[in-house]
Amino acid sequence: MIRFLRIAGKRLLGAVPSLIGVIIVTFLLSHALPGDPAVLFAGPAADAASVAQVRAHLGLDHSLPQQFLTYIWQLAHGDLGQSLTTGQPVMTDLVQRLPASLELTLVALIFAIGVAVPLGIWAATRPNSWIDHLCRGTVTVAAAFPTFFIALLLVYVFYFLIPLAPEPVGRLNDVYFDAPTTITGFYLIDSLLEGDWQTFGGALAQIILPAISLGLFALAPIARITRAAMLQTLASDHVRTARALGLSRHRILITYALRNAMLPVVNVLGMVFSFVLGSNVLIEDVYGWPGVGAYAVKAVISSDYAAVQGFILMMAVLYILLNLVVDLLSMMVDPRVRFEG
Amino acid sequence: MSDTSLISRTRYALAENRMTLLAAILFALLIFCAIFGSLLAPYSPLMTNEGARMQPPSWLHLFGTDSLGRDIFSRVLIATRLDLGMAISAVVISFVVGTALGAMAGYWGGWVDAIFGRVMDTIMAFPLFVLAMGIVAALGNNVTNIIIATAVINLPFYGRFARAEVNVRRDLAYVEAARMGGNGAIRILWGHIVRNILPVMLVQASLNMGWAILNAAGLSFIGLGVRPPTPEWGIMVSEGASYIFSGEWWTFVFPGGALVIAVFCFNLLGDGLRDIVDPRRRT
Repeated sequence: MIRFLRIAGKRLLGAVPSLIGVIIVTFLLSHALPGDPAVLFAGPAADAASVAQVRAHLGLDHSLPQQFLTYIWQLAHGDLGQSLTTGQPVMTDLVQRLPASLELTLVALIFAIGVAVPLGIWAATRPNSWIDHLCRGTVTVAAAFPTFFIALLLVYVFYFLIPLAPEPVGRLNDVYFDAPTTITGFYLIDSLLEGDWQTFGGALAQIILPAISLGLFALAPIARITRAAMLQTLASDHVRTARALGLSRHRILITYALRNAMLPVVNVLGMVFSFVLGSNVLIEDVYGWPGVGAYAVKAVISSDYAAVQGFILMMAVLYILLNLVVDLLSMMVDPRVRFEG
Repeated sequence: MSDTSLISRTRYALAENRMTLLAAILFALLIFCAIFGSLLAPYSPLMTNEGARMQPPSWLHLFGTDSLGRDIFSRVLIATRLDLGMAISAVVISFVVGTALGAMAGYWGGWVDAIFGRVMDTIMAFPLFVLAMGIVAALGNNVTNIIIATAVINLPFYGRFARAEVNVRRDLAYVEAARMGGNGAIRILWGHIVRNILPVMLVQASLNMGWAILNAAGLSFIGLGVRPPTPEWGIMVSEGASYIFSGEWWTFVFPGGALVIAVFCFNLLGDGLRDIVDPRRRT
């Protein structure tokens, strides 16, 4: 256990350089570009006087290293600047909208893992059968659909043509439901904590289509790596021994093969997170989802630069944290990772 | 790798996997549309027609018309060149730059490698689409910047791969022999090492193409880069999205379908190429 904690601490420290890199890049993106950042920050409707004012306000008349220090100082105080479109501090805006995006992202991941891992196992137990080919074919086709296109297609088919899904108006249709009191910020969890099944049902119905659109692309990498890893472990000596000892099929498959196959699967999750977090931007607008992605798109269109920059920084930090969780998970799943350090 | 084995493996891959054959056919079709699309299009992609707005698909307008009466078939056809062009340019840039930097880092090691590793780690520390969005938003809204952003986010895939492949080769006997023969570092890298890893790198590139197409189209979809009225698949899907609740499905289904076909084709092609070049990596 102590060993585990020590290595976990090491991983935590290992994330620090990435964090510094991320901060430097977001700084460079906003301060050291061709073109005038003051014009960017002031927005499209600004005149010369207000640009000059913004320049002085942002400290853009100072030297670059000096500006960097100011930037760090502001970050340390949770100051990401002021949004032009909402008139609020960017930090407030983002924190307010983050739970919506996180909830959607997590449900999408649960969907992707919950479908792809069993699919991969199923394919691996019957390699080169029609089931294997069908699985491969399905996930390959799914991976070819752009997230934003599948989102529109699902709304068109399951709302407009066959009205199975509720109107895509965000997290809850507030004509019928009241938002649950904020405890975790996740509607699905908060409504359960309140014991309000109706609201839970309403929130669940709203999240299904966007979560599927977001998770669909991730099926292919997860299913294929699961299949490959399972094939390898199923062919290994210890599984053969387990078979020879007459252990049950279920036990061999899950306890012996799957646990050993989990490491590559957990490793591919990093890439999946990168994709799912990034794609929030593409689909939140389609579903009227009040998350950070839709906020960022609006900010980009209206050249609200402080908001875009804050969004990028927050997503990067979130991604680093998620990867840290994956690292710790893989240490728990596989002792080999634990001892390699 | 001898020629006969390459040919037999290609034949095997095509015969065993009908999908690779399908991909090759689709690929030829896409390239054909990209080159001759503007000659074949029945209408001008920009010509508006007040009298023919929002018409469903018919023999006159195969894919229907949009809210300005423009022919969607012509627009989808002509957009092939721009969409494939953006993706191919981005992949070529990240392939060349990534391979060169990664090879040098893997060969020399030391501080070159350390800096290279840091830069790649930093790029990978962002959710990639978000970084691309930031780059385009900061550099300015045009096609060149979409290509740059897509190239930058793909750089680590090539860089890290090349670095690892060069790293295992740099002390092999044949490289040692070349060094003893008095060859300089650049000559050894290019003539002896990089040439050997080129086939696997090309597989990476073709696997990467589909993702590059999705990325460029996604940026246009959210309003970055390509400006209307330029025909481009991502922008056309986003324009069609407004008509989803009035049932005018053809406005977004056809450009979206074109994207699906292009991405599907390159993904299959990448898989097929890998089976030919490097069968062990099959998943």
